[in-house]
Amino acid sequence: MDKNSKLSVVTKGFLKENPVFVLVLGTCPTIAVTTGLVGAVSMGLAATAVLICSNLVISLLRNIIPDKVRIPCFIVIIAGFVTLVQMLMHAYLPDLYELLGIYLALITVNCIILGRAEMFASKNRPLDSVLDGLGMGLGFTIALICMALIREVFGKGQIWGVDIPFLKDHTIGFLTKSPGGFLVFGLLIALSTVIAAKQGKPAPKLGCAQCPQAGICRSAGVTDDDCAKTEGGND
Amino acid sequence: MNKQLHISVSPHIYSKTNTQKIMLDVIIALLPATAVGTWIFGLRSLAVIAVSVCCAVISEFLFDLAVKKPNTISDLSAVVTGLLLALTLPANIPLWQVGVGAVFSIVIIKGVFGGIGQNFANPAITGRIFMLIAFGEMAKGAFPRVDTVSSATPLAVLEEGGKAGFDLVDMLIGTHGGAIGETATLALVAGGIYLIARKVIMFHTPVCFIATVFLFTLILTGDPYTALLYTMGGGVFIGAIFMATDYATTPVMPLGKVIFGVLAGIITVLIRFYGSYPEGVSFAILLLNILTPYIDRWTAKKPFGGDVK
Repeated sequence: MDKNSKLSVVTKGFLKENPVFVLVLGTCPTIAVTTGLVGAVSMGLAATAVLICSNLVISLLRNIIPDKVRIPCFIVIIAGFVTLVQMLMHAYLPDLYELLGIYLALITVNCIILGRAEMFASKNRPLDSVLDGLGMGLGFTIALICMALIREVFGKGQIWGVDIPFLKDHTIGFLTKSPGGFLVFGLLIALSTVIAAKQGKPAPKLGCAQCPQAGICRSAGVTDDDCAKTEGGND
Repeated sequence: MNKQLHISVSPHIYSKTNTQKIMLDVIIALLPATAVGTWIFGLRSLAVIAVSVCCAVISEFLFDLAVKKPNTISDLSAVVTGLLLALTLPANIPLWQVGVGAVFSIVIIKGVFGGIGQNFANPAITGRIFMLIAFGEMAKGAFPRVDTVSSATPLAVLEEGGKAGFDLVDMLIGTHGGAIGETATLALVAGGIYLIARKVIMFHTPVCFIATVFLFTLILTGDPYTALLYTMGGGVFIGAIFMATDYATTPVMPLGKVIFGVLAGIITVLIRFYGSYPEGVSFAILLLNILTPYIDRWTAKKPFGGDVK
């Protein structure tokens, strides 16, 4: 791989294959922690750290892990890193630990991380996997920041927990609730699709090769066409 | 150019009706209720209406500009949306909330889904529901010509078990608490009759809607007078006549319109009696808006000689 494609491995996570807005993975934390910028940034960075580490380890072990039990193996590796991040955060950033609560532990089952392990790390060399983890993690963080900016500024009249003079008295509380989260989420998906289309890159059609559940579908006798009929991702 | 040989594909029937004329008719039909509402709730209601209409029209203009679509403000549909939205709001609501609601109606519900005719739900209804959820309890307060029930709407009073002396004349004219345009029952009915006479709407949905609300309430309470109060005390009339008859979001066939009206009536009463909100008209219409494609499919006419499924 030349330098250019290395860079594109990183940047594809930002918009073209943004894990949240294009792949529609990891929607649970996307709705849950984006009521404020602080939560969004810390969640994004914690997930990025786990993603880079797990991608690296899984890539290194890709020839050792038996194919039939790869998902449990991935989960164990990911859970190990999540526990690490959780303990570190509990020790050094207790406030943040309280803020993220259960969603920190739930990084383990975040579809983005498992998805990247299955789609990328288990098939590519360690360096590429780390870059992929970095790009996807930052893409996730960017998505969370976009959501949190809208929801915090207009929903709470604050930015990074600091009051904004005029907006503080004119808040739209709806945006901080889950339905408001879904609304902002949908609008941002639409917006990112528009931007991608403007750049001449239509939203990628994700075949079964890109899907973490492909193995399960195959064994159940589901074809590519069946899968194409059901839209969206899974979490 | 020799225009005599100009031949086009069918349909060949030409009608002078267009969106603008239909919307103008709707505005005319809404004027009585607007006027009575202004008389009851004071000049503040005019401010609410002005803000709502202006924000709706301006946001439609800007949205069309932003997505490079042909400008559609001249078809007056944004005016209708803004006016309808304002009529479902209380007169003393903060004006900035009205603006946010109007922009939400036009941009999120109508514009993003492809503009007029493409929206999945009625913009005014959805805008109102958004405001209800976003800003919590709609502001309540005293109004110039509403003394006996100055704060609460009849529905709220009834829900709390109160049986204050509501006068049927008050209910018909509209001199009781509520949103700007929903209380004036007679004015709304007049507007509805005008629309039916002009063949802008069909009578099926409003009649079924209102009748179902009355009958179902009658079954639940067993008292015709109470049922009448429930029917006229909330937003049933404005919803049934002006919102449940929107072209894009309600069934096409008469049978579908009947189903729509009856179901909307049942859901309204269920929400009123068993839900946490005192009023359920807007939720009922939104739910049925979403069900409309299915109703249309069930009630589609099979073409003569067509495939039997």
